[in-house]
Amino acid sequence: MRHTLRETWSGLRRNLAMTVAVVVTMAVSLSLFGLGLLTSMEVDLVKGRWYDRIEISVFLCIETTTGGMCGEGRGTTEAQREAIRQALEANPEVQEVFYESKEAAYEEFRRVFRDSPIVGTRTAEQMQDSFRIKLVNPENYQGVVSEAASLQGVQNVQDLQSIFEPLFRWLNGLQWATIGMSVLLLLAAGLQIANTIRMAAFTRRREIGIMRLVGASNFYILLPFLLESLVAGILGVIVSGVTVATGYLFLIERNAKTSIRTLPWIDWSHVAGAILAMAAVGLALAIIPTLLATRRYLRI
Amino acid sequence: MIMFEDVTKFYPGQLRPALRNINLEIQRGEFVFLVGQSGSGKSTFLRLILREYRPTKGTLYVAGKNLGTLNQWKVPALRRQIGTVFQDFRLLPGKTVYENVAFALQVIGKSTKQIRQIVPETLETVGLAGKEGRLNEELSGGEQQRVAIARAYVNRPQILIADEPTGNLDPETSVGIMKLLDRINRSDTTVIMATHDSTIVDQMRRRVLELREGELVRDQPKGVYGA
Repeated sequence: MRHTLRETWSGLRRNLAMTVAVVVTMAVSLSLFGLGLLTSMEVDLVKGRWYDRIEISVFLCIETTTGGMCGEGRGTTEAQREAIRQALEANPEVQEVFYESKEAAYEEFRRVFRDSPIVGTRTAEQMQDSFRIKLVNPENYQGVVSEAASLQGVQNVQDLQSIFEPLFRWLNGLQWATIGMSVLLLLAAGLQIANTIRMAAFTRRREIGIMRLVGASNFYILLPFLLESLVAGILGVIVSGVTVATGYLFLIERNAKTSIRTLPWIDWSHVAGAILAMAAVGLALAIIPTLLATRRYLRI
Repeated sequence: MIMFEDVTKFYPGQLRPALRNINLEIQRGEFVFLVGQSGSGKSTFLRLILREYRPTKGTLYVAGKNLGTLNQWKVPALRRQIGTVFQDFRLLPGKTVYENVAFALQVIGKSTKQIRQIVPETLETVGLAGKEGRLNEELSGGEQQRVAIARAYVNRPQILIADEPTGNLDPETSVGIMKLLDRINRSDTTVIMATHDSTIVDQMRRRVLELREGELVRDQPKGVYGA
């Protein structure tokens, strides 16, 4: 055991520059990987929250509205309103349909803008009746929107999904870009470890040859190399873990969470999960290239 | 101790076998010379015994194990029963005599206490008592070979393989090395020695195996170098 530890230590010291390079690459790539994970967790969280609330609003005509399927100067008739309700309820993508009368809409308007001067600019007569639709699967909104827009007496269909979709698409892209970059960097880190260990094994090839000859077990021969890359890997995991946790603390916990309260934010449990994943990847990244790099020297 | 049954060894990509249909048995405690020109198959013969390669055909038993079917992970255990000495000594540079010999025990997990006891005994046996602290760069060729023999013998193997152990040594030094190998042989260790040194073979008068182009052309008890 003492021999193993001494070999490990001398290996680390001999390749100090390489070890540092490995730790840095590991730390950067793992941090990026963790960032990607946390971004994707945040996106999921936001999606989950908003999808629950997102509804399609189908506004009906009043005398003053134009465009859509409104008749000139006429509001939606009772019969049209019933037909719209039935058509919407018959759509399999629709989960629930609520009706909001113009009076209710006016109340809501007054409540939302109660401290604002615009509260006096509208009357109940200027508000529109509307249907609010909840979907079975919020991502399949297009069919319902186009059907609703084609019904007689519908002035306008407003769909929050189409407003948020570019945002989600952007966040998704960001998340994949981060993960993609981190995968490339992780690959580089893996190759670097393989290279470092191959060099270390090459400098110790005499010892390895004699160890094999006198019957040292493969595990015994491998152990110093494994420990060497594990030390580098663990350092990389620690540095990246601290980086991610610190970043979370200052950017999200102390900043975003207090300034943007309307969004759900990831918490420490997500961070812990991400760090665990980073540790798993980091250790695998230390062990697997080492096994591959030393295979040649251990072949019996 | 060692039994070749119709053993043939082809190296990948070569048409001529390195060894062809070898049949022989080496008993426990025998001393065997392996002679033949370079390329006649001597090294392949020794490497098969060490299980560095497997026979292409035939069966090879060493120390009771069938090497053709021996599990990979049992190879180290086999090698612990075989000591090996080379023409070029293969000592570790920058280490003392003691450290070089102790290394062989450390890496198979012997305790420091055992090592402290066995290594000086072995160094005494090979005639290096009092030189424990010398770096091997400071030793003569003959002394270096004694260190190598001590390293091969320190774990008391059943078989000692020597591949041209006197190839780099002058005749007088060679005699000393042969006396040492003879002594080890008398302690019931099977010794197999590949050599080009006709004087030694003719003087020792032990069993001689001669290989020519991969075939065993002579197996002579109390033989000489050239028949």
